[in-house]
Amino acid sequence: MSVQKFVVGNFYDEPVLFTAVKKVRRAGYKLHDVFTPFPIHGLDQAMGLRDTSLHTAGFIYGITGTSTAVGFITWALTLDWPINFGGKPFFALPAWIPVTFELTVLFAAVGMVLTFCYLCQLAPFVKKDHFNPRSTDDTFVMVIECTEETNEAEAKKFLESVGATEVTVMEKETGWWLGRYDRDTEPTAQTTNA
Amino acid sequence: MASLRYESQVRQPLVEGTKDYHQVTEDICRPVEAKPSRLWWIGFLVSVALLLFGVLSVAMEVTYGTGQWNLNRTIGWGWDITNFVWWVGIGHAGTLISAILLLFRQGWRTGVNRAAEAMTIFAVMCAGQFPIWHMGRVWNAFFVLPYPNTRGPLWVNFNSPLLWDVFAISTYFTVSLLFWYSGLIPDLATLRDRAKKKWAKMFYGVASFGWTGSTKHWQRHEALSLVLAGLSTPLVLSVHTIVSFDFATSIVPGWHTTIFPPYFVAGAIFSGFAMVQTLLVVTRKVLGLEEYITIEHIDVMNKVIVLTGSIVGIAYLTELFMAWYSAVPYEWYAFKENRLNLNSPYGWSYWLMMGCNVLSPQIFWFRKMRRNLFVTFFMSVLVNIGMWFERFVIIVTSVYRDYLPSSWSTYYTPTIWEVGFYLGTFGLFFTCYFLFSKYFPVIAIAEIKHILKKNAKNYKADMTQVENESLDAYAAKHVHDDHH
Repeated sequence: MSVQKFVVGNFYDEPVLFTAVKKVRRAGYKLHDVFTPFPIHGLDQAMGLRDTSLHTAGFIYGITGTSTAVGFITWALTLDWPINFGGKPFFALPAWIPVTFELTVLFAAVGMVLTFCYLCQLAPFVKKDHFNPRSTDDTFVMVIECTEETNEAEAKKFLESVGATEVTVMEKETGWWLGRYDRDTEPTAQTTNA
Repeated sequence: MASLRYESQVRQPLVEGTKDYHQVTEDICRPVEAKPSRLWWIGFLVSVALLLFGVLSVAMEVTYGTGQWNLNRTIGWGWDITNFVWWVGIGHAGTLISAILLLFRQGWRTGVNRAAEAMTIFAVMCAGQFPIWHMGRVWNAFFVLPYPNTRGPLWVNFNSPLLWDVFAISTYFTVSLLFWYSGLIPDLATLRDRAKKKWAKMFYGVASFGWTGSTKHWQRHEALSLVLAGLSTPLVLSVHTIVSFDFATSIVPGWHTTIFPPYFVAGAIFSGFAMVQTLLVVTRKVLGLEEYITIEHIDVMNKVIVLTGSIVGIAYLTELFMAWYSAVPYEWYAFKENRLNLNSPYGWSYWLMMGCNVLSPQIFWFRKMRRNLFVTFFMSVLVNIGMWFERFVIIVTSVYRDYLPSSWSTYYTPTIWEVGFYLGTFGLFFTCYFLFSKYFPVIAIAEIKHILKKNAKNYKADMTQVENESLDAYAAKHVHDDHH
């Protein structure tokens, strides 16, 4: 496990943060992540992140639920053990709508939440480093990853010039708890799958 | 940029006082981090005592069978199913607030959604008890699931509304729980990062799933919330629709009507909002959250109550009219003699229902009444009494007199164990709510911060300047500010 250096700056105002994100990207720094206490609309676009495909996953899970329900009920009530309920047809599709609908919703919801947890690597007992605990309170924390070309002192000065306060250089052991699975969040990788 | 979060000053602020992001965290985390008050302990212990009495009542029923209840021919469904429908109805407000109002972009939902969703989950937990223990041989309860069994396999009847209920209630519970908890994760992370005590660090550390607040995670979180809201919206409407099918698909006079689904859904929202009011009027006071759950919130929810109460009223009248207009003698008899007739055995319950659900909420046409906390609290309790009697009227007054006068039943009163079971679910509900209000943030912290700069009082004051600015000047200043 290698050690990675990061330049970390704090912001307290959204307009300053937005401008800073743009300037940092334009200057060619490698933006590791921005940690915020609440969702800031447009920040993902400003950082150059691609849109999430979670909706598509949800749709696929929903369709799976629908076909599971219709397929299973059809098999159970028409092939495996057809039972005559008051002379109604064995293939009683209208009466199956409620269960089909419920399973569609159930599959979509459970599937999406599990996918969300997998993509974000969230689970009980997981611990991750997010550089500044105040980032879940009132601070927007911008983290720049130092590459071979990055001069830390320069990067630090640059962050301060775009409005960051309490800029520090931090050393962290690399690992998935830094969000290695989020490779697609890097501005250059626009096409990789999540 | 900041002024792109502009909202007219005509709308009342949703957060009172002078707040910044840190102050919001402090205010909402304070009750969680403080020691529980004496009042909390008293309430909690009373709830646990009720819960234990409920456990005893259920134990009696399981040991000696459903004969411990005063059900008879023809009243096979009495208090038990009345309570089931009542609790399920209450469990509709949370998802309505968090899902439908999210889709409608109603900012005020952020103050109340967390507590309302929690209440929903606890109410559905209570509701689920009744059909399960009503089975009598509860150790065979898993027979309702379509699993490969040694009896054929003999599958469950997918054409039966009672089976639809199994799927509807369990799906509703699961989805509500996921929706609630996925929203809680960021707020639990806030508590984790503030925690000082060892156990708190551990508890919130485990519960927050390692949330960091990464921008990509927020993007996915937003997508998840939106889709879950989209899924929950038809779900919440389907659940009480399916519960109403339990009655509407039968041929019992008084049940056999097509108006049941919308009428049940409106009633569910009505009673759910009333329960939210009952809880929040007290919670905001005890936890000192009056600046987040403002009189404005109470006012808006009272408007929902008068609207849904009136829809329920119209449904009652339509149902009555159709019973007469249908010219079916049994249907009309059920209404005329079993319900409208005050001198009939259960006539009083019909008029009690009418008074509580249709007449009394009309007081909320007056702004002064909507904004009065005592009136709100009193009315919210009254509405839920009325809604309990609605289910009682539907169930008991329909089944106690059948087509055949010789099989008409005697007067039905519950036994102590039926009442005890009902009280026990109150115990379960309030035990859960007390634990929730102590160990979890009762207001969605991240969501309040999200709307803070648009809707908080101290930020709204700055809007005067924006309002006085000319449109051109405003546009010139902000047009290139937002994206890329």
